[in-house]
Amino acid sequence: MSREIYERLVEALPEASFEYLEEKDPAISVKTDDLFEVARYLKEDQGFDYLSAVTGVDYPDRFEVVYHLYSMKKGTRPLTLKVSASKEEPEVPSVTPIWPGANFQEREVYDLMGIRFVGHPDLKRILLWEGYKGHPLRKDFPLEGYQAIGQEEPS
Amino acid sequence: MQRVETGLRTETITVNMGPQHPSTHGVFRMIVTLDGETIVDLEPVMGYLHRCQEKIGERNTYLQNIPYTDRLDYICSMSNNMAYVMAVEKLAQIEVPERAEYIRIIMVELTRIVNHAVAIGALLNDLGCFFTPMLYALEERERILDLFEMASGSRMMCNYMRFGGVRYDLPPGFMPELKSVVAALPAFIDEFERLLTENEIVLARCQNVGVLPPDMAIAYSCTGPLLRASGVNYDIRKVDSYSIYDRFDFDVVTETNCDVYDRYLVRIGEMRQSVRILEQALEQIPEGEVSVKLPRVFKPPEGDVYHRIESPKGELGFYLVSDGGTNPYRYKIRSPTFINLTVLPELCKGHKVADVVAILGSIDIVLGEVDR
Repeated sequence: MSREIYERLVEALPEASFEYLEEKDPAISVKTDDLFEVARYLKEDQGFDYLSAVTGVDYPDRFEVVYHLYSMKKGTRPLTLKVSASKEEPEVPSVTPIWPGANFQEREVYDLMGIRFVGHPDLKRILLWEGYKGHPLRKDFPLEGYQAIGQEEPS
Repeated sequence: MQRVETGLRTETITVNMGPQHPSTHGVFRMIVTLDGETIVDLEPVMGYLHRCQEKIGERNTYLQNIPYTDRLDYICSMSNNMAYVMAVEKLAQIEVPERAEYIRIIMVELTRIVNHAVAIGALLNDLGCFFTPMLYALEERERILDLFEMASGSRMMCNYMRFGGVRYDLPPGFMPELKSVVAALPAFIDEFERLLTENEIVLARCQNVGVLPPDMAIAYSCTGPLLRASGVNYDIRKVDSYSIYDRFDFDVVTETNCDVYDRYLVRIGEMRQSVRILEQALEQIPEGEVSVKLPRVFKPPEGDVYHRIESPKGELGFYLVSDGGTNPYRYKIRSPTFINLTVLPELCKGHKVADVVAILGSIDIVLGEVDR
């Protein structure tokens, strides 16, 4: 199924570039700049009306955001979309305007992984408090944290 | 909203509900903006129970993570176990013996009954019917927890499932007790329904409260009973059948009024369907092995997988990235209740303060899973 969607994407959005990743769960890799257009096309023309999960992954050379999409009407298997973001200034367009269900999940990825979602209506920390230093799910985050307990700035 | 012109100056006020509030099921805060008694805006604030389980998961080996999944949604530890071990099995391509699959289904469906009974009991608590309905719910739950104790040695933090099966085979005496519990369940659900379904107070407090139209439920990524009470026929056990659910005959329960009362009805219906699955599993369960041998140092191959199951609260998924080592490189939990909360502000706007409590109860949150 992912293969078909990939072929349709290549046909429908000729100026964007895609890559088909043949893995255990086949995935489609998208350029960061094209993500918003691709997401809109998938929702409006291909019926992927449901965004299940947004995940950030910290690879040694890049950050990656993974989206799992379904179509409620067709009841398909998950479609996996991947975008990469740079290590220095990780930024990815927000898909909250397309799927409102991404709201808290993008805030969580921002909170724990430090990836900024451009265009998010209210991007702030969700599980940790305002004033917390660092993003714990990054691989370079020390397990004891950057600040001693009790010395954080109050929220 | 219609205002009576009195010449008095009025303004909205902002109050905190929680973090220590009897209706929030744990430490959970809502910043509520009120116009009199009416909700103008609501913002959920969470994270009081945050342990960064996903970071802990990267530090642990694959096996060490199983007891940590118990502590996500501590009412349904068995289904959390199942979601995680199935994700790892998908990653490492492990086959599960048939008897183990049946044992898993039995445990997960018992968990579903426990969860829905507790959810309804807690909802009634929130409505002000303090602890009498909850005690009815807990009575049957006790017998089921006794079964869990027989099988796993623990009542709540079961830590029972392993990659390629379950930890122990069922002990002698388990099956007769299970048969007697399953035989008693329909009467228990009937009694529950007789007390609640046409109860005037339940009807008055729950009908037309927290209405969630189907397209909005889909847009806001709602799952589980919340989604099905909005009339969307979506159950992962049917759509993307996993384990051996395709061998059982059961229906997906949906309702069409999309309110708190329908979420209650969906939970009652799902308990009945779980009893049907249990009855069939009891007939079909074969003898045989319950686990496969795995190397002592377990290293799944490189790659990433996402596996989801229909947990009692909705879609519980695990996204695992393996670099070929003994620990997961990334361990992500797609928690159903955290994502269901995204829609809470939209559900509450325009209702009264007392309705917020009912709406939150009908979403059925467990803070261990929301905050992780």
